[in-house]
Amino acid sequence: MTRTKHTILVADDDEDFVAMTKILLEAQGYEVLVAGGQKEAEKLLAARSVSLAIVDLMMEHEDGGFALCYHIKKRDPAIPVILVTGVTSETGLEFDAATDEERKWVKADVMLAKPVRAEQMRREITRLLAGKE
Amino acid sequence: MNELRVLVIDDELGMRLGAERVLSGLTIDLPDVGEQVRFLVAQAESGEEGLEKIAAAVPDLVLLDHKLPGMSGLDVLDRLTAEKRDVLTIMITAYASLETAISATKRGAYDFLAKPFTPAELKAAVRKAAHHVMLQRQARRLAEEKRQVRFQFISVLAHELKAPLAAIEGYLRIIKDRSAGNDQAAYDQMLDRSLIRLEGMRKLIVDLLDLTRIESGQKQRDLKDLDVREVARTSIETLLPSARERNIAVRLHADAPAVLSADRGEIEIILNNLVSNAVKYNRNGGQVDVTVRADEQSVTLEVRDTGIGMSREDLERLFQDFVRIKNEKTRNILGSGLGLSTLKKLATLYGGEVSVTSEPDVGSTFTVVLRKRPDGQKDVHATRDDHRMAEGN
Repeated sequence: MTRTKHTILVADDDEDFVAMTKILLEAQGYEVLVAGGQKEAEKLLAARSVSLAIVDLMMEHEDGGFALCYHIKKRDPAIPVILVTGVTSETGLEFDAATDEERKWVKADVMLAKPVRAEQMRREITRLLAGKE
Repeated sequence: MNELRVLVIDDELGMRLGAERVLSGLTIDLPDVGEQVRFLVAQAESGEEGLEKIAAAVPDLVLLDHKLPGMSGLDVLDRLTAEKRDVLTIMITAYASLETAISATKRGAYDFLAKPFTPAELKAAVRKAAHHVMLQRQARRLAEEKRQVRFQFISVLAHELKAPLAAIEGYLRIIKDRSAGNDQAAYDQMLDRSLIRLEGMRKLIVDLLDLTRIESGQKQRDLKDLDVREVARTSIETLLPSARERNIAVRLHADAPAVLSADRGEIEIILNNLVSNAVKYNRNGGQVDVTVRADEQSVTLEVRDTGIGMSREDLERLFQDFVRIKNEKTRNILGSGLGLSTLKKLATLYGGEVSVTSEPDVGSTFTVVLRKRPDGQKDVHATRDDHRMAEGN
């Protein structure tokens, strides 16, 4: 039985974050789809199925990331979503997706603050994909 | 409507009541500062009581009797000065004694009023003081706004400088930890991106220096008669390599000399900004048309491109500091977001105007009019909101 290769969507308008994440994830054997914005991501999602999505909160429109998370979860609630954000360090605005209460309105499984450490990203992805085939 | 708080300090009840009666129903129009003022009057019958009231709530204006039972009016004045109270004082002297008046003014009084005075005289003195207070308030408000703009500028600047650093740091960490395994191409790609971000950062710093030099007004301007066509030629030549790379044709249309008394460096910044934008935001194989025209009063520069264009909403924000139009089409284009705000400030030095018309996916046309004789130097320290835009024409 061959293990299927997981496909991960990375959606962010920060080109460098996308490039870094793609390089790191490919080095770990994932297939990576990249999108520079919400619309592009939605287009990709319509054509391809993904095992996990990494979404930046602030894209083009201020809450593009929120909307994208919402659409991903609406399509398939089982797809884990990692929401990354530079919001905390830039605006001091703090919110999280750590409790069920918070996850009710932040449609993400995990929130990571930028800069995201490679090790942290790897750990979260492994955890969220555990048991998925 | 503004409300000024007035405190009347006088031991004579009649004086206090009289002043209150005159002032509490009064509305003063100050058309030259664009304000209207009303008065809220409080009383104190001794210097001591007056100081207590002032300590509790500082009024804008104090009508202070010179001759008081305990501490004198001058003593009160000294205390106000010593405590650095931000309050105007009109000294009321019992006789039209020049000596007292001079002494009071020396010790910090704003004005004086000789007893006995008519309601009209009181009104006139209060009017003058109110005018002064309102001017002070406006100056303070303006200073605060400037401070806010500067603060905002610095925090955006800090962000703009931090972003490339964070990206480069991220790449370097991956390279150091060999997180991409043995894929040499991936490392090369990260080094390329780092260099691009460094280049962007350097451009930002250069633009920033241009901008601060203009805003501080410290740069020695070297005004000479020069033919703007020549500057346009140089600008186009400088940008030709990057235009050729993307197969973009740049053409200059300038039939007659366009002579202007100007600082060459400033005109270069204006043209470089316009032409490099027209190339940067163009499509491959596109076209840039630079037109230089002159008439008796002005020299007009027009730069038309066949690029990605802008929406109406984008146009409105275009000339603000650090504003970059962010969308899928501009994602891979480097820029500091300072070019056009710098250009606008420079045009102001020539009594000029910058206007733009644009249509998404068709192109944009920027027009800069530079006056040959700027009618007086306009305010260079323009705030970020006062940009003039000729929309939709």
